[in-house]
Amino acid sequence: MNMLTEGRPTKQEENIAMPDQGALQTHTGNRALMVDEPLIFETGSPDRSGVDLPEAPNVESRLGGLERNEPISIPGLSEAETVRHYTRLSRQNYAIDVGLFPLGSCTMKHNPRLNEKMARLKGFSDIHPLQPVDSVQGALGLIDELATWLKTLTGMPAVAMSPKAGAHGELCGILAIRSALEARGDAREVILVPESAHGTNPATAAFAGYKVEDIPANEAGRVDLDALKARLGPDVAGVMITNPNTCGLFEPDMKAISDAVHDAGGLVYCDGANFNAIVGRVRPGDLGIDAMHINLHKTFSTPHGGGGPGSGPVVFSEALAPFAPLPFVEKTADGHFHLVEEETAEDHHESSFGRMVAFHGQMGMFTRALTYMLSHGADGLKQVAEDAVLNANYVLRSLEDVLDAPFAKSGPCMHEALFSDNRFTNGLTTLDLAKGLIDEGYHPMTMYFPLVVHGAMLVEPTETESKAAIDQFIGAMRSVAERANAGDELLKSAPHFAPRRRLDETQAARKPILVWQEPEEYAEAAE
Amino acid sequence: MRYLPLTPHDRQDMLATIGAASVDDLFVDVPTEVQLDGPIRGLPMHAGEMAVEAHMKKLAKNNSAAGDMPFFLGAGAYRHHVPASVDHIIQRGEFLTAYTPYQPEIAQGTLQTLFEFQTQVARLFGVDVANASMYDGSTACWEAIVMARRITKRGKAVLSSGLHPHYVSVAKTMARFTKDQLVSEAPTLEAATDGADLLDQIDDDTSCVVVQYPDILGRISDMSALAEKAHSHKALLIAVVTEPVALGAIKSPGQMDADIVVGEGQSLGVGLQFGGPYVGLFGCKQKYVRQMPGRLCGETVDAEGKRGFVLTLSTREQHIRREKATSNICTNSGLCALAFTAHMTLLGEKGLRELAMLNHKKAIVAADRLAEVKGVSLLNDSFFNEFTLILDQDTRPIVRRLADQKILAGVSLGRLYPDESGLAHGLIVAVTETTSDEDVEALATALEGEMA
Repeated sequence: MNMLTEGRPTKQEENIAMPDQGALQTHTGNRALMVDEPLIFETGSPDRSGVDLPEAPNVESRLGGLERNEPISIPGLSEAETVRHYTRLSRQNYAIDVGLFPLGSCTMKHNPRLNEKMARLKGFSDIHPLQPVDSVQGALGLIDELATWLKTLTGMPAVAMSPKAGAHGELCGILAIRSALEARGDAREVILVPESAHGTNPATAAFAGYKVEDIPANEAGRVDLDALKARLGPDVAGVMITNPNTCGLFEPDMKAISDAVHDAGGLVYCDGANFNAIVGRVRPGDLGIDAMHINLHKTFSTPHGGGGPGSGPVVFSEALAPFAPLPFVEKTADGHFHLVEEETAEDHHESSFGRMVAFHGQMGMFTRALTYMLSHGADGLKQVAEDAVLNANYVLRSLEDVLDAPFAKSGPCMHEALFSDNRFTNGLTTLDLAKGLIDEGYHPMTMYFPLVVHGAMLVEPTETESKAAIDQFIGAMRSVAERANAGDELLKSAPHFAPRRRLDETQAARKPILVWQEPEEYAEAAE
Repeated sequence: MRYLPLTPHDRQDMLATIGAASVDDLFVDVPTEVQLDGPIRGLPMHAGEMAVEAHMKKLAKNNSAAGDMPFFLGAGAYRHHVPASVDHIIQRGEFLTAYTPYQPEIAQGTLQTLFEFQTQVARLFGVDVANASMYDGSTACWEAIVMARRITKRGKAVLSSGLHPHYVSVAKTMARFTKDQLVSEAPTLEAATDGADLLDQIDDDTSCVVVQYPDILGRISDMSALAEKAHSHKALLIAVVTEPVALGAIKSPGQMDADIVVGEGQSLGVGLQFGGPYVGLFGCKQKYVRQMPGRLCGETVDAEGKRGFVLTLSTREQHIRREKATSNICTNSGLCALAFTAHMTLLGEKGLRELAMLNHKKAIVAADRLAEVKGVSLLNDSFFNEFTLILDQDTRPIVRRLADQKILAGVSLGRLYPDESGLAHGLIVAVTETTSDEDVEALATALEGEMA
């Protein structure tokens, strides 16, 4: 018998026709690894399930006559289909694991996997928030240890751990300021916020019942100290300042700002979103601030998870510490950890402004953040700030010849580099450059923020990028910037190679479709 | 240091490009007197994986993990079995390490899961629309009250006494600053909920009535009459669901004409984690969609006409509207929403209904066994997977003593309501699919020992 010896060809035939890729259509519409995935409502069915459950005991139900009598209409998938569904969807996402993620002010740094492993230890992941405190001494100890790190790194005497994210931390700080002012019988009504602030700052102040007024920036991209001083007065409860600010610059007058606000009877809130630039090198407490939130999901590497969860502990000065929210952890002289909550607060913490969330905060983020801090240590965290600032300045100086950098002349930046669209031609915009970067394989930088710069592009490489990775990014950014400056029409229709082309956001907002409906319902809605 | 790729040589090269002599030159804007001269004092230096792991394990061991002993705590956080594939899915780096999907062309994975999540939540709640998540149930509850104020332009919210006391506390904290008026009482130990009393509280100044379903003591009651009364005064009914698995067994709040339904989604996909991160659920009737807080994902098409998803109606949000936004929320609970939706996809309607009935019937068996203990009685006529026992003594010391014997017995009402001495004998007990018959017997036996 003869063996078939020819086997699988290993070389493509020569002189084969190579058609234009754009003209090629596949039967499925897919392109190799780029595969569309239907919705679960289109593939699943309500009688299919990916879990096996034991049989329920045979007893009469006691649901008060409210048994569900209508279908829920939630489809199920088998486990195999479920894993594939989400795996396929995941591949349509850009992520820090996939590449450099230069979103200014978002601090998209590498998320160490040790953090994930530690958060999943059953002693942290499988404990209930209302267990007796003697049965959760390790968890309370962890919160206390993390609190010590945060207080030491910021040089502040107290910290509230429960806020759920940055904006929730802002709310915590502003409520403490309001409580402190009310405690001295001072009903001030206005919070001053720089024009360049994150939108959460004015929204938070309003959410807490304050009126919001802008503070202008000067030509160097900093708070205009004279304008601020001129506005201070008996109606001003405080200011919310981001430092380093959203232009990526340190506010050199921060101490003078704090002093001026204090002299006028107000208090100082610092937005700590950009703490990564100074962690381990500068203690915000030395700048005269009264409250600052720390985004554990930025500076301390807890994953962003496609939009959360975050965690926003707030450090407080002596002036605000008595007003911190419940609950919090106290260590007794014998090393026991005590949880100060409603049951125990009266004799401990009578000025607390109260509870702002159920339970005790984002424990799952605390474990990750503490793991990260222990890994870096005091020396490593200082290096974090220095490398983050070094990388950003390297980007700034490597691109300032092709992109307008409005504040580059005033000196170095901190951890992020700010550019404008001033040199673009042919009507090209920051959005076009961003979409061009997508085709180059990058997630774009933060765009159109801060509002004080036209077509702002805020680039934050973070410290976890290698020089080679940053050089590659600079090359891509330079190429797209040159195309934008030259008025390359093709940028207007970018991205060309992403899982989707530009999406119609106007249509989405005009007639919002927020839940899936059966196709016939769509048809009815269209009529 | 393992997370920092730059070498000393790289740093020198980069400083040369920048034109700086040293990294200190990059910090010139920071006044020298506030710059530290070396690593901050009082904290340890960097450590390898093994050392960090050893430290963290030591802390973890000093906790009583629920899975290691009979466990009966609920009251807003429930221990359910999370299928293995859920944790695998949320650890996919493309989900775990993605940002908020502001660049939709390269974030369809996150966006499509959010669209599916919103649809699942809306259907579970029986309302038209749901958002892409809030921090947790307690903050979602306050946001719903604020939303009702915006819609009705009235400032009085009537809270049921069956609303989780932490949710009440959050609302009270906020209302003190926003000058909203809250009507709120502590619960009483009766089998009937306070529905009849609430009816009397609703008037033309009322913005909303807020009812937990099932309530903090586990009781289930029909909210239809409250909805009707509220609507007759142009007020809204806000329903709060802290145990979404229950909606696999009982009517949805939307079926009783609730206008806004919020909840805690931790039960599905998200573990106990000592209270966070959890995931706030938020749904409402279509006509109120533009007053909703938080992110919304919507369907649209791309330039080639293909279906795609984007964040939408963002003119409600802080990054556009600043102080006029409907809420200050930015980061929400995306990854927990993914866990919720993946778990829900695995269950499907069939699995959810089975899971719900399993929880409910196991709870019935447990409740009857525990009520046999001398000195113990069952408060509830109706309940889902959680009920209230009334003991002949303060339950706080009992719960602490049983914890020392490695039985986590439940949540004593005395801890939740320290100022209400009339509630001190109450104990909230939750039973889920993870509770075994042996666990129930262990608790019953231990209680017999305590009551003797």
